[in-house]
Amino acid sequence: MAMGLIIDAVYFITAALFIMGLKKMSSPVTAARGIVWAGAAMVVASLVTFGAPQITLNLANTNLQLMLLALIIGSAVAYISAKRVAMTDMPQMIAMYNGMGGGAAAAIAAVELVKLSAGAESHGLTVQVLAVLGAVIGAVSFSGSAVAFAKLQGLMKKTLHLPAHQLMNIAIFAGVCVLGYLVSTGQPVSFDYVIWFFILSIVLGVMVTLPIGGADMPVVISLFNALTGLAVAFEGFVLNNAAMIIAGTVVGSSGTLLTQLMAKAMNRSLANVLFSGFGSDGGAAAAEEIEGSMKEIQATDAAVMMAYAQKVIIVPGYGMAVAQAQHKLKEMEGLLEARGVDVKYAIHPVAGRMPGHMNVLLAEAGVDYDKIRDLEEINPEFPIADVALVIGANDVVNPVARTNPDSPIYGMPILDADKAQNVIVIKRGQGAGFSGIENHLFYADNTQMLYGDGQKAVSELIAGIKALQ
Amino acid sequence: MIEGLPALYIFMLSAFTGYEVISRVPVILHTPLMSGSNFVHGIVLVGAMIAMGKADGVLELSIGFIAVIMAAGNAVGGYVATVRMLEMFHTSKKQGAK
Repeated sequence: MAMGLIIDAVYFITAALFIMGLKKMSSPVTAARGIVWAGAAMVVASLVTFGAPQITLNLANTNLQLMLLALIIGSAVAYISAKRVAMTDMPQMIAMYNGMGGGAAAAIAAVELVKLSAGAESHGLTVQVLAVLGAVIGAVSFSGSAVAFAKLQGLMKKTLHLPAHQLMNIAIFAGVCVLGYLVSTGQPVSFDYVIWFFILSIVLGVMVTLPIGGADMPVVISLFNALTGLAVAFEGFVLNNAAMIIAGTVVGSSGTLLTQLMAKAMNRSLANVLFSGFGSDGGAAAAEEIEGSMKEIQATDAAVMMAYAQKVIIVPGYGMAVAQAQHKLKEMEGLLEARGVDVKYAIHPVAGRMPGHMNVLLAEAGVDYDKIRDLEEINPEFPIADVALVIGANDVVNPVARTNPDSPIYGMPILDADKAQNVIVIKRGQGAGFSGIENHLFYADNTQMLYGDGQKAVSELIAGIKALQ
Repeated sequence: MIEGLPALYIFMLSAFTGYEVISRVPVILHTPLMSGSNFVHGIVLVGAMIAMGKADGVLELSIGFIAVIMAAGNAVGGYVATVRMLEMFHTSKKQGAK
């Protein structure tokens, strides 16, 4: 009995440490400590669980042997992959680890339901319903995250619409509901129903994620993150485990808020992200008339322009991340600052592949976070900036979002780079951006285009600035 | 035993806590925070261990085995990824002090 008390006490402290850790993660100064607190809580919680009454703490016990083996395999694979992955690939890794969590929650439910189908005593209808709910949510998060991972990793075509996709999804969802009802009310539970219930739930996750394009992936990963939290909480009720209930629910609600914030920043409703493919109905927008023409600038001229500026605002986008130009940008920033130029970075909420992803990439290159400004902070500064350097960003600086109500991105908050005295756009070639919408900024009078790969172009700018010294 | 109304209370209070905790997070920390909360639901490891502990027979053991592997992957991967991202944040002040 004493062991039970110790376990309960540790779980209580674990839940508190998780919440405090998450709170610490809300400030750049304390964030690194926050994750260490949460990590310590996780280690203690896992260790004390070996003393749980359900676990036979005897090395001759097959369950314990296999459990230790699984712990070692899972930890080792995740440790090595997380250490090795490049920062640009982090979003899909988060998707994968999140999917594993969802899968684990579904698997816990599977063990419970298989036990029930084998004639184990039921703990009541509520417990069975919660197990089933956690199972669906966890399984959808598992397979959906796997698809998200495959898409971001480039293993799968970006969007895939099957014929009558929505109808099929509705049919599958209905099937999951019916089977879920049969499983959660079954006494005893039919083993066949359990199997089909899990298969359909996994298929549902795949089908829901298939038509969603790469641009919307961050929102989807965030949503699956919240869903996994919820699934963990439900399985926490099933196992009567307070740490799982509290941690899972906290993640569920914070993840939901984060998902809404992301969708809002992209000017899309969550329903829109989930139930329609972006750009599949577009195409007509490209036909519109554009005034002006694109003007090319040489790197040496652009370098002079920036070197004699008082204020330069850099607008990095996903193209910058692909070109791995962040280290070069940092070098250029140093050179400009040495000349007394005020350099800031303007980050759109959805720059990169996830909110904050661009900040991580810049941080990797050693850029101070107090030079990084978000949309609301920096927009008033563009009119007083001499140069706005747009590198690998497109839709997030397209003034059409302010001016043309017919545009698919109309109403999306954008960075007002067009209001700077001069705009230099580093771009690989002519052509529309990810969404396929023409960017009017590129044709503006104060805009000049610097064509080339991001990293190479910035290297040329650096050489140009150095030549002036 | 947590059930009935107390369980609902825990659920509600935790939900509000999660909402409040994240509402003060600056945009620059959103990806690390998503990774961090991804780590926090790695607590599913505890449940996976318990499920594995009480598993009987080959099928339950196999499912439990997979559950523990995935949960451990969630926890360890989530932790390492978050730490790696957060290690990159420096302030000018800190660098100046060095």
